[in-house]
Amino acid sequence: MAHIKINGMLKNYPIGRGKFTALKGIDLEFAKGEFTGIVGPSGSGKTTLLNIIGSLDVQSEGSVEVMGKDIKSLSAKQSSRLRSEHIGFIFQTYNLLPVYTVYENVEFPLILLKMSAAERKKAVLDALDWVGLTDKIKSRPSQLSGGECQRVAIARAIVKKPDLVLADEPTANLDAENSHHILKTMKKINEDLGTTFIFSTHDAKVISYLKRKITLLDGKVDKDEIVNGG
Amino acid sequence: MIFKLALKNILGAGFRTWLNIFILSLSYFAIIALQGFYVGWQDDAEREIKNWDIAGGQYWYETYDPYDPYALEDSHAPIPEEVETMISEGEAISLLFTPATIYPEGRMRNIILKGIDPNQILIELPTKYLKDSENEISCIIGSGFADNLNIKEGDFIVLRWRDKNGAFDARDVEVAHVFSTTVLTVEKGQIWISLPILQEMLGLPDEATIITVKDEMFNKEFSGWQHKDLDFLLLDLTNMIQMKTVGSSIMYAILLFLAMIAIFDTQILAIFRRRKEMGTMMAMGMTRPKIIQLFTLEGVLHAVLAIFMGAIYGIPLLRHFEKVGMQLGADAKEWGLSGLDDALYPVYGWKLVVGTIILVLITTTIVSFLPTRKIAKLKPTDALRGKMTK
Repeated sequence: MAHIKINGMLKNYPIGRGKFTALKGIDLEFAKGEFTGIVGPSGSGKTTLLNIIGSLDVQSEGSVEVMGKDIKSLSAKQSSRLRSEHIGFIFQTYNLLPVYTVYENVEFPLILLKMSAAERKKAVLDALDWVGLTDKIKSRPSQLSGGECQRVAIARAIVKKPDLVLADEPTANLDAENSHHILKTMKKINEDLGTTFIFSTHDAKVISYLKRKITLLDGKVDKDEIVNGG
Repeated sequence: MIFKLALKNILGAGFRTWLNIFILSLSYFAIIALQGFYVGWQDDAEREIKNWDIAGGQYWYETYDPYDPYALEDSHAPIPEEVETMISEGEAISLLFTPATIYPEGRMRNIILKGIDPNQILIELPTKYLKDSENEISCIIGSGFADNLNIKEGDFIVLRWRDKNGAFDARDVEVAHVFSTTVLTVEKGQIWISLPILQEMLGLPDEATIITVKDEMFNKEFSGWQHKDLDFLLLDLTNMIQMKTVGSSIMYAILLFLAMIAIFDTQILAIFRRRKEMGTMMAMGMTRPKIIQLFTLEGVLHAVLAIFMGAIYGIPLLRHFEKVGMQLGADAKEWGLSGLDDALYPVYGWKLVVGTIILVLITTTIVSFLPTRKIAKLKPTDALRGKMTK
C-alpha cells in the first residue's frame, strides 16, 4: 500500500476576483522509505505540494491520502494530530524557537506528544547524537551557525521517529560543506530508520543524493524519474 | 506543559518582560497602598465616632432630624422607664438638645446646646469637667470650634436659650474644658453642659432627644423612639469615604490602564512578530486553541510574576507606611473630614490584597486574550511565511 497517494489534485489560490492555479493534474504515489526530491524553478508549486502532503494546507480538487488519511476530510485537530504523530518538518529558514535551547527545541515535539520526561531525554539525546550536536545542547539558536541550526531542525524533525519528513529547501541557506553534511545525515536516517524523506529543492547538491526525482513545471509533474543518488 | 512553555517564552524575552512586570507590580502596589489609606481612615473614623459619639447605637425621638434645626426645639420626650434602668446601670446615656445662641466677644452665634450626664463613661467625651456649682454653669467645647470662636478654657460666654414655653433666658457659662477630637459630630457648632442643668433650664425634667446605648445588639422598640443602628449612623462616613475612594480610583485606573497597554502592546507585537513561531508550532502539531492558550498565558504570567516582584519591594514599603503613617499636618482637622488626625495610618487587610490581585489578574487575562483571537484565523502556511491571514 502506498504511503502517500495523490490523485487528480488541483490547488487554486484566490487572487482578487480571479484565482491562481498553483498545482494541477497531480497524480503521485510515494512508498515508505523513499528519499525523493521535488525539483523545479521558483513558483512551480514545490512548497504547495509539500504543504498539502503535510496537511498544512488542503487541495482544491482531487484526493490526497497520507498514511491512509484523506487530508481534506480531516478536522483541524485531526490534522494537528497527524502532523504531531507522523510528520516531521524541516524548513529553509530552520524555524527554531529562539528563546529555547537546542535541547528544548528538539524536545518540543515530544512535549506535544505528552511523552514522559525520561523518555523525552533519551529521545532528544539520541536525535542530537544522530546529527552530532550533543555538545551544544545548552546553546541557543542565536549562538549556532546556519549549518548547526539546520542540524538542530533535523534532530527536531526526527526525534519522534516520524514516518515522513518533509524538507522545504533544507540546504538553500547553507554552504556546500554544510549542505553535504546535512544531506549525508538525512540519508543515514533514511537508511537506518526507514523514514520517508520528501524534499523540495532546486539545489544540484541535493539532487545528487536523491533516489527519486520529481520535476514540477508550472504546477504540473513534468518528469518523475528514479535516480541513483547518494 | 503550556505553563512551562509560556514561562520559558516570557523569561526568554528578557528586558521587555521585566519592564512589563515592573509596571504591573507598580499597579498592584499603588492600588493596595492607596486603598490601604482609605481602609485605615475608615477604620479610624468608625472607631473614633463609636468611642466619642454613637457607642453601640442610638434611639432618636421620632421628630428629631439632625439636618432640621427648626424641629430640634420640639424633639424631646420623657425617657422610657426601661432606659432609665439601663442608664443607672451604665448601659445607656440620654442626651437633650436645644437650639441656643452664644455671644463670644460680643458676636452672636447660633449653636446646638447639648446636655449630657457629667458622670457618664459610655463615650469618651470628657464630661467629668462639667462640675456645676449653684451660681455657675460650666461647659465643654471642642478645640476646633473653640479656635473658631476664639475662646479658651476659663473664658465666660453669654448663653441665651428658650425654655419649653418659649421664654428667653440667658446666663454666663464658663468654658471648663476644651477637648480635642477628630469626631466633628460632637464638636462642630455645639457646646456641652450638664444634662440635669439643661433639663432644668428648659423645664423638661427627665426628658431627652436621643439615647445612646452601649450594646450594638440592643434594638428593643420604644414607642415614639426610633432605633438607629451603627450601619445607619455610620452611613454618612461610609458614603464620604466611598466618594473619596472613587476619586482616588481614577489615579490607579490610569496606572492600571498604562500597565494594560504595555501588556496589550506586547501581545499585539507577539502576534505579529512571532507568526513564524506559531506556524512552526502548528507544523509540529500544536492546535490553534493550544497556541491561543499559550499566548494568553504568557500575558497572564506577567501579572503573576508582578505579584512576586511587587511583594519584594511592596511589602517592606507598605509595612513602613503602616508604621509611620501619612503625615497630614496640624491643620488636617480643618478639612472637615471626620476621623482625620495629624497622621493617617493605613490598614492592609487580606481582602484588599486578594481583591487587588484578582482585579489585576482578570484585567490582564482579558487584555492578553483579546489580541490572540487573531490566531484562530491564522493558516499554518501563512504563519510559516510570516504572513497574517486576512
